[in-house]
Amino acid sequence: MAEVLVLVDHIDGSVRKPTFELLTLANRIGEPSAVFLGAGYSEDARKTLADHGAEKVYVVDSADVTDYLVAPSAEALAAVVAQSSPAAVLLVSSQDGKEIAARLAVKTNSGLITDATDVEASDKGPVATASAFAASWKVSSVATSGTPIITVKPNSADVTEVAGAGTEVRVDVSFSDLAKSAKVSDVRPRAASGRPDLGEASIVVSGGRGLGGAENFAVVEALADALGGAVGASRAAVDAGWYPHPFQVGQTGKTVSPQVYIAVGISGAIQHRAGMQTSKNIIAINKDNEAPIFELADLGIVGDLFKVVPQLTEEIIKRKS
Amino acid sequence: MRVLVLVKYTPDLVSDRAFAADGTVDRAAVDGNLSELDEYAVEQALQIAEKGSDVEVTYLTMGPAEATGALRKALSMGGDKGIHVLDDSLHGSDYLSTSLVLAEAIKKAGFDLVITGMASTDGNGGVISAMLAERLGVSQVTLAGEILSVDDSSVTIRRDGDLASMTITGALPAVVSVTDQTGEARYPSFRGIMAAKNKPVETWSLADLGVDAELVGLAGAGTSVESADRRPPRTAGEIVTDDGDGGIKAADFLVSNKLV
Ligand SMILES: Cc1cc2nc3c(=O)[nH]c(=O)nc-3n(C[C@H](O)[C@H](O)[C@H](O)COP(=O)(O)OP(=O)(O)OC[C@H]3O[C@@H](n4cnc5c(N)ncnc54)[C@H](O)[C@@H]3O)c2cc1C
Repeated sequence: MAEVLVLVDHIDGSVRKPTFELLTLANRIGEPSAVFLGAGYSEDARKTLADHGAEKVYVVDSADVTDYLVAPSAEALAAVVAQSSPAAVLLVSSQDGKEIAARLAVKTNSGLITDATDVEASDKGPVATASAFAASWKVSSVATSGTPIITVKPNSADVTEVAGAGTEVRVDVSFSDLAKSAKVSDVRPRAASGRPDLGEASIVVSGGRGLGGAENFAVVEALADALGGAVGASRAAVDAGWYPHPFQVGQTGKTVSPQVYIAVGISGAIQHRAGMQTSKNIIAINKDNEAPIFELADLGIVGDLFKVVPQLTEEIIKRKS
Repeated sequence: MRVLVLVKYTPDLVSDRAFAADGTVDRAAVDGNLSELDEYAVEQALQIAEKGSDVEVTYLTMGPAEATGALRKALSMGGDKGIHVLDDSLHGSDYLSTSLVLAEAIKKAGFDLVITGMASTDGNGGVISAMLAERLGVSQVTLAGEILSVDDSSVTIRRDGDLASMTITGALPAVVSVTDQTGEARYPSFRGIMAAKNKPVETWSLADLGVDAELVGLAGAGTSVESADRRPPRTAGEIVTDDGDGGIKAADFLVSNKLV
């Protein structure tokens, strides 16, 4: 069976959950191999990749990958592709993942499919399913030239643990001058919130302009904490400076698809819907009974969020104990 | 300095957007406009032009005849001229072929800085700028939440990544993409709209670019759409007015559906 390469998404060597989802999907369409780029590789990383099905773990251990933007990663991945002639390459649909995929597609003259939410085998090669037009359409496509390169959204597969050999393969790459043309400096990691990652959480509670101020996000955070969920925000709340941009849900923020999405003081503009429309259950709390968010809510509560949300939080805490 | 801004004509977001039978975006069915996310690119280019001396701003679009609408809108905001790559064989182009054609047009136009939006509002891919940097062999300085500085030799941005915010500096020539965090775009003034009518717009065909028609459009695409289906619309569920027990009702919903 042909190899399927999965680009490992990691923070300083600690492998992130979407990588395991990709290995699970890779297993459906071929034999998964992981590609680890950058510093921080360790036996722990190798083992956890093997435990999720990686037969081989390609390692390009080079600081250039983090010192320069995207281009070195694409060169390194292209080197592994040249060496392994894979049946497909899967990457996480993150900012970096998509741009690495983009450059790899040009280098290898390959069909590129972005933001897939599912990947299946077929006689035409891997079929990727993605959403379009603010998630109102579902599109399935295949790559017809080169090596299919597919970026996959987090939360697109249930992780399965299957043992792979996890054979380490070191790859030496000498980077071109061009790959080192955009220098990264002054990196400021985001402070950890202690809550689940927005893209991966099974419950998301988002706040909008209806909160009226940064300090009132405490109401949303308290509910998220009672439910063990993540906090999100509308762009209006982000633009007002009430909550940081990485938490924005929508067209120009994150796309989330949790079990439960609770929209608090959010009207439901098309750009917001684009980021949350595929949630399994949607609860909306809004004082305006004509707010468009109610058109997609499984449960809508017309009322003042400052009364409804604290009561819900208290009730959850009570019922959980 | 020659600044080239890529603009796309995209279907109106609030219209009923759809796919045609051949798996391409149905442009005939709905009105379109300059992609909102490209307005941020136009704005940043105009700010660079206002701050610098001798900056020429050119807009480049690829698309059907009505795509000149995107050029005219951008020109009404400011800038000097437009280029429209128009050719029937482009219909159905995917990322690979779109980036190929744009790269050839960019080379023909000449540039120091290419500025794009973060993604198109219809395809939402966000990959074209990186593909262009690769094809053109120039620095990729993308996903700027803020352009910190530009001079004749380099450009520096703040990139707000998923896990960290960072500074990126690249030598010119470069491809820069900007996010909607860079600041609202100006509205065209009446004078701007009138002036735009007299600004030059050139139309280039594939032959002008020396690109083989077999490499573009549906025929040249590296991907093929197998099926495109409308999702059943979400139907509204139960809407209740809070009578003092709204929070309890929400908790009941979560518990009875085994969601907590
Ligand atoms: C290019 C572009 C990209 C965009 N990308 C995004 C994006 O990624 N994400 C996004 O969210 N938006 C995005 N937007 C913005 C979007 O169009 C809306 O402006 C935004 O979503 C509105 O946010 P909101 O719902 O919080 O605010 P509003 O629309 O102002 O809604 C606030 C709601 O709060 C309710 N409310 C007020 N007080 C209370 C109370 N006490 N109790 C209960 N309810 C109350 C009101 O009834 C109202 O419905 C984008 C726009 C553009 C042009």
